[in-house]
Amino acid sequence: MSNLQLISESVQKGRAKETVTYITEAIKEGVSASDILNNGLLDGMSKLGVRFKNNEVYVPDVLVAARALTKGLEELKPLMISEDIKPIGKVVLGTVKGDLHDIGKNLVKMMLIGNGFEVTDLGVDVSAESFVNAVKENEPDIVALSALLTTTMSQQGEVVNALKANGLREKVKIMVGGAPVTQTFCDEIGADAYAADAASSAELAKSFVIHKQ
Amino acid sequence: MRIFNTTTYDSLEDFVYSKAKNPVILKNGMVIGGGMLYPEINFTLPTMTINKETMPQILGIYKEIATGICQRAHELHVPGFVAEIETLPPMTFNPQWGIDVCSTVADVLNSYSEKYGYKASVRITPNDIREGDDLEHMWHGRHWDSILNTFEGCAKNGAELLAIESVGGKEVHDEAVMFCDISKSIFALSVLGCKDMGKLWTEIVRIADSTGTIASGDTACGFANTAMVLADRNYIPKTFAAVVRVVSAIRSLVAIECGAKGPHKDCGYEGVFVKAISGIPISMEGKASACAHLSPVGNVASCLADLWSNESIQHIKLLGGMAPTVCFEQLAYDCRLMNEASSKGNDKALFLRDCLADSDSLYDPQAYVLRPDVVLDISKQIMKEKTYYDRAKRGAIATVGILRKAYDERTLKLDDKELDWMDRIYDEIEDMPKTEQELTELMIPLCEKLNPEKYDLI
Repeated sequence: MSNLQLISESVQKGRAKETVTYITEAIKEGVSASDILNNGLLDGMSKLGVRFKNNEVYVPDVLVAARALTKGLEELKPLMISEDIKPIGKVVLGTVKGDLHDIGKNLVKMMLIGNGFEVTDLGVDVSAESFVNAVKENEPDIVALSALLTTTMSQQGEVVNALKANGLREKVKIMVGGAPVTQTFCDEIGADAYAADAASSAELAKSFVIHKQ
Repeated sequence: MRIFNTTTYDSLEDFVYSKAKNPVILKNGMVIGGGMLYPEINFTLPTMTINKETMPQILGIYKEIATGICQRAHELHVPGFVAEIETLPPMTFNPQWGIDVCSTVADVLNSYSEKYGYKASVRITPNDIREGDDLEHMWHGRHWDSILNTFEGCAKNGAELLAIESVGGKEVHDEAVMFCDISKSIFALSVLGCKDMGKLWTEIVRIADSTGTIASGDTACGFANTAMVLADRNYIPKTFAAVVRVVSAIRSLVAIECGAKGPHKDCGYEGVFVKAISGIPISMEGKASACAHLSPVGNVASCLADLWSNESIQHIKLLGGMAPTVCFEQLAYDCRLMNEASSKGNDKALFLRDCLADSDSLYDPQAYVLRPDVVLDISKQIMKEKTYYDRAKRGAIATVGILRKAYDERTLKLDDKELDWMDRIYDEIEDMPKTEQELTELMIPLCEKLNPEKYDLI
């Protein structure tokens, strides 16, 4: 079995130490960062993602795999920089102002990381101004907004408006989600996409960056 | 401090809906747990922003909600009901807003009660705002003061039942649920949660005593219901959610130890264990809570209910009227049927209770652990231990054993990956430290979001 396959399998099993070991070996063997990333780490996450979609594994299995992937990325980072390998996209993520719910947002974060995105997590109770500042600072492809309350979902619209007011709206795609949020609401506030769950949010995000490329 | 060493119930024959060993009598004479099942309606605002400018509109909406419910209660000959107001976060941060909402609803209920002669009472549940980076400490500071001020103000302005869904330990439990980490879950509930409950409920009972109101109960909604919702989406194993439900009972019982009298709040299904142990009446929610979330316990949840609730419903227009009014009607009919069965004799009530249990328990471990026979069994096992931590471990191990046996006897359906997780959960509990102190020392470095200073742990 090649090191790339071993990396992929160790990620699927969530074995971070093994992932790092196999990456070290692959680097010594002269495998490129791009190969290790795409055919090792992301291949593992992708295969596990399919199993998750088919209800064969649970979220904890995916999260543990994402931890292994993150450890692997740390190991691979110097080589990625030297080969100028970039993440497939950048996302700024947060739960909107007045809302302290973070489980859904964290699930989305892990799914995005597992799909090769670089994620800046602003946390919970995040103001529209903080989203604007984070977009200026990180220049993401996507802004992802979470809200779980009927009385806070309107804050997603505030973020859209704030990005417009600061001339940033056309530079990012805006995704919204959360229990009370709907496609209709997404359309009303002028966001780009509504994601019904964490898995579909990652697929949506990928479609945005692929389309951009 | 009340200490429970045994279950209050010993036999399944008197462990049934509408009857509690220690009923609660309200000022209007309504007896909860005295043989009559009453509806408890809960509602929330439609999509809107809450601020100083919108508060007059918000009060108008609450008045409209309460009026619709009261009118429907009259139309359906409902003998009595409880209306629960769960404040939204801004209404706890600004206690006067919550107090105004409470007063508005209570005024409508009082007016209709006088006019039509039924009994109606308000339960206030301030949103527990002790989360976020700006929280100074769990038991002092702005957040703490706002919660207690909301309680006190509402108690003086129409609320008779005081309740909360407290969040002590939730920052740890959120991660425990995502990773299905049972050790962390037990730490969050039986160490952090119980410690917080002791502090919080001592204060709530003091407020209740000083205002002539009733300290009722505290559900682990943010813990066990979070697990349930994730399990229902197939994100985490259902068996994990079932175990968390049982462990949450140890935490929720602390309110009763501190002097709360019930009715226990609706939205955490652990109330059945609290009833078995303490004998207080409980509110439960089931099929009518489909308006808020999927649950696998729509029928079995009513087996032991003394109030029958709907979780929460948005004030939106349906063909039959505004949604809270429609939902209230559904609750009223459920209660009418169950009270009719009781009126025909205890054996008929038990028959209905068992039908309700049997109709759900085959399909989901979360429903199975709510069966009255299982509740009594697990409660007795929990009471064999003295400390919260030991009770949590005992309850969790007992639950896994009972679920495994039910699966083997084909009285519970589980898929293969659930079985694997049951073994994992069991093994992890067996490996947990012997004492709470050891667990705490082990956990503090592992819990990224826990600030131990806020719990006086260091």
